[in-house]
Amino acid sequence: MPETVTPEAVETTVRDALVQFGPEAEDIKLESTFEELDVDSLDLAELSQIIEDEYGVKLKGEDVGKIKTVGDAVDLVVQRAG
Amino acid sequence: MSQKPRPDNATALVTGASKGIGAAVAIALAADGWNVGVGYRSDKEGAEKTVKAIAVEGDVADANGVADELISKLEQEFGPVLALVNNAGITADSLAIQMDDDEWDRVINTNLTAAFRMTRRAMRPMLKARFGRVINVASVVGPRANAGQANYAAAKAGLIGMTKTVAAEVAKRGVTVNAVAPGFIATEMTEDLPDSILDVVPAKRVGTPEEVAAAVRFLASDDAGYVTGSTLFVDGGMSA
Repeated sequence: MPETVTPEAVETTVRDALVQFGPEAEDIKLESTFEELDVDSLDLAELSQIIEDEYGVKLKGEDVGKIKTVGDAVDLVVQRAG
Repeated sequence: MSQKPRPDNATALVTGASKGIGAAVAIALAADGWNVGVGYRSDKEGAEKTVKAIAVEGDVADANGVADELISKLEQEFGPVLALVNNAGITADSLAIQMDDDEWDRVINTNLTAAFRMTRRAMRPMLKARFGRVINVASVVGPRANAGQANYAAAKAGLIGMTKTVAAEVAKRGVTVNAVAPGFIATEMTEDLPDSILDVVPAKRVGTPEEVAAAVRFLASDDAGYVTGSTLFVDGGMSA
């Protein structure tokens, strides 16, 4: 687990994960909504597992339900890890 | 778009595998090339005899991380757990009017809640691998009545409901979730039943653990990649 969790590192982790779920890398922007990217609830559950493995931050279903954009996800992880 | 085949180091975990249907399932999956972990609560010797595989102790009804312990141990020894057979089951029969809370809770915990916890933990490696097989051993009891088994019927019907919903949740990742529903099978659990039970079995005989294992083996195979959310009855026509 990295000692400091920077927004840049989290953004990279999130982007790398999202690409596996289908969206093109160039379409993934901080302001992109998961809906636009066609990222569904199972994808977000899997993203949560990746985040947990990487940063030890446990995101529950209710947390994930509130985030709408890629930027929201990055902010939430940075905030929880801090 | 065909499904991804089973990865080489794929491991199967069969709960309640010391004897009966679980033991037959472990043997059948090993014969099909799976690494097999056999979970047991009380009968270590039986579990070790089952198949040349690792036997992992743990009461599936124990809420304190047993699912994680069993699966993590297998992952370290063999490889990712990509098949889970939720077979562990108990009975505590009584007419509903006389059934106490403990009899109800024990059966629901072991037969239903434990299967949920195991499934939840097993989804991690399965989703990651884009391949997985969960097979829940349900029963003809649940879909149909059996006086004296309100707890068992509720748990087994619950397993079938859980099977369908989890199947829908993970289908797009190549993970299938199915149930088998055995009828009367010659095991310790059914040895005290009277011969008159065969009146309701069109095949006029009890089934063997191997016949149930064959159904599980199919559902775990690459051939069954498009079968998910279903319940395969292995009951000599009892539910027909």
